[in-house]
Amino acid sequence: MSGSIADPRLAAPRQAPRRPIRLSWSDGRLRNIVWQILVLAGFAVVLWYLVGNTRMNLAARHIATGFGFLDSTSGMPIGESLVPYTPGQSTYGRALLAGILNTLKVAVIGVVLATVLGTLIGIARLSPNWLLSRMSAIYVEFLRDIPLLLQLLFWYVLLQGLPAPKNALHLGSAVFLYNGGIQLVQLVWEPAHTAALAALAVGIAGSVLVARRARRQQDQTGIRPRTWPVTLGLLAGLPLVAWLAFGAPLALQYPVQGRFNLQGGGIITTQYLALLTGLVIYTASYIAEIVRSGIQAVPHGQWEAAQALGLHRAKTLRLVVLPQALRVIVPPMTSQYLNLTKNSSLAVAIGYQDVVSVASTTLNQTGQAIEGIAIIMAVYLSISLSISLFMNWYNARIALVER
Amino acid sequence: MSASAAHGPAATAARERPPAAFAGPVAWLRRNLFNSWWSSAVTILLGYLLVRFAAGIIDWAFINAIWTLPPTANPLDTAMPCRRLEGAGACWAMVGDKYRFMLFGRFPYDMQWRPAVCVLLFIGLYGVSANRRFWRKELLWIWAATLAVIAVLMWGGVLGMAYVPQDQWGGLPITLILATFGLAFAFPLALVVALGRRSAEMPVVRMLCIGYVELIRGVPLISLLFMASVMFPLFMPEGLNPDKLLRAQIAIILFAAAYLAEVVRAGLQALPKGQYEAADALGLSYWQKTRTIVLPQALRMVIPPLVNTFIGFFKDTSLVLIIGIFDLLTAGKVAMADPVWSGFSTEIYVVLALIYFVFCYAMSSYSRGLEKQFGQSKNR
Repeated sequence: MSGSIADPRLAAPRQAPRRPIRLSWSDGRLRNIVWQILVLAGFAVVLWYLVGNTRMNLAARHIATGFGFLDSTSGMPIGESLVPYTPGQSTYGRALLAGILNTLKVAVIGVVLATVLGTLIGIARLSPNWLLSRMSAIYVEFLRDIPLLLQLLFWYVLLQGLPAPKNALHLGSAVFLYNGGIQLVQLVWEPAHTAALAALAVGIAGSVLVARRARRQQDQTGIRPRTWPVTLGLLAGLPLVAWLAFGAPLALQYPVQGRFNLQGGGIITTQYLALLTGLVIYTASYIAEIVRSGIQAVPHGQWEAAQALGLHRAKTLRLVVLPQALRVIVPPMTSQYLNLTKNSSLAVAIGYQDVVSVASTTLNQTGQAIEGIAIIMAVYLSISLSISLFMNWYNARIALVER
Repeated sequence: MSASAAHGPAATAARERPPAAFAGPVAWLRRNLFNSWWSSAVTILLGYLLVRFAAGIIDWAFINAIWTLPPTANPLDTAMPCRRLEGAGACWAMVGDKYRFMLFGRFPYDMQWRPAVCVLLFIGLYGVSANRRFWRKELLWIWAATLAVIAVLMWGGVLGMAYVPQDQWGGLPITLILATFGLAFAFPLALVVALGRRSAEMPVVRMLCIGYVELIRGVPLISLLFMASVMFPLFMPEGLNPDKLLRAQIAIILFAAAYLAEVVRAGLQALPKGQYEAADALGLSYWQKTRTIVLPQALRMVIPPLVNTFIGFFKDTSLVLIIGIFDLLTAGKVAMADPVWSGFSTEIYVVLALIYFVFCYAMSSYSRGLEKQFGQSKNR
């Protein structure tokens, strides 16, 4: 009750009384303001000086600033591209787009594979099997202590040492492994496949809804309704029906082995394969450590309690320990994902044309150094920001809900 | 069965030594390797793969390997015996021929004792800095003196040593210089930035520090190195064009400082608020408080992550390969390109990997040891 406070001053919020700024060097707040003005002025002077120098240098070299060069035709060849690109006809802007998509292609698949491999190794390190845990420990210790660039160069040399197309290692007539990469049988894409893919997306959304409803029912009644027939129908049946409705086309394009190359089918190039292998194997060693320490951070009582409930080890791990460990794992995992994405820029050393590689060729050909570097930075900053935002959202979702 | 009969006087007697199923090597094997069907299957599969793999490695690296080769009339034929192995064995003779080049690059051959001494000085410096007995102010002077001696040895030009221009340096000393000078200059910068980022009373300074750290951490090191090699000359007034190594060094310093600042900031945040308040209550000024109360405690807490960050930089210095600076990895790549020994890049990569591994492993096991020690003192 407020009546119990005798002194009215105690009821007032406890803050130091604000007094006006004195015009004296002994006033801390004044000092702070003066220092900040000085720092800002110093920063501005340095910036002004650098910009002035740059403008003078650019004028001396007759380089016009601006992003106009993006529309001019580029003659640089690009080995693999997700968008149509022809050297000599397409623009630099198109080349950079191809580079950005190549970066994303390696980053997204790399993150997924590194997470899977890293989690497996992290769990294996805690295995009661001595041999398994030792070997995982050696994997982690060894790969973390060798520079990624060296590993990438090594994988690249190793893959280039594969046989020539003429003697390619092959799996039937569907998969060929040779020094240019992996040549795979490819589906001839038709509208039916797009429809099936769309149906699959609908199916996934539907099964998420079904699972959610089942969980709500379980929370209310304690009985989980049987959902797998509906889920199976949504995930497998729906795409199948869509595919059949469009006439069920299934034309496969097989690679044809020639003397000097392989034609037809899809290709995963050596450069991409080397970069992906190197990034995944290197990052997995860091992720393994994160997963291990995350699992170890879960109190031992949780294991014992799960054992007392009669869960065996795999189930304990999946249902009890990992969900709790995730809260410790996710923040450092985010920074590993960011590292993997940034490290994918080492592609330039083995000739995979990611955004850094394309941008540096562009700036060599056009002389637009500032714009080229600005594009690289903008691309990475936006990728980093997207990953951070997504992981923060995920982190908030799995965070412990405290009362 | 006789199980119930065994419980009796016999069981009491057996208490002296546990039965074989609970102790000794057989029990150890059972518990750790053949715990269950699943575990046994994993053990057998892994054991098989391990034996196959190890046998292959031993065959390649030792049994079939060629260690020395006699010189031939045509130097291009020197590697013929190695080529005849067709990859069945390592050609260590190549490393024997090329190791001086890999370690010291194009430094004049008869003066290579100078970079060799520098490498030893660097290692000694790390050893001294790792020893907790030397963690005091004098260590700063040791660092300054050693780095000065290294500079003199590399450049020469005094004490009867011939001058060696910077573009002839190469190999391991360059890697160590980039990493060590990078750390020596990045660390003070990181302290300032971390303190700036924590300062609640100066929002302008805080914003500048946040902008710097986030901008640098958001982009890959390569883009900074490209910036150093193509954009930096544009920033400078005409006539002033620092050499390529110095430009890369500046990029590494700026890069390292942003990451170190985050590590230091973690230490500053982990320090209990009471320490700050107690220092304020004693009437210490900001710098007195920071120098005598805050930093000594905060830095001590973050030494293990600092060492880990340093391992990262040590590995990252290899990226200067891309802008054509002659570090250890570049020297190895150039050595591979020698037509006499073409096709034996695996041997070079193995040696380079071992050199990097030795340095990084030493640092990481040191950091692990420290973490353990600090953990003990915390649990006391």
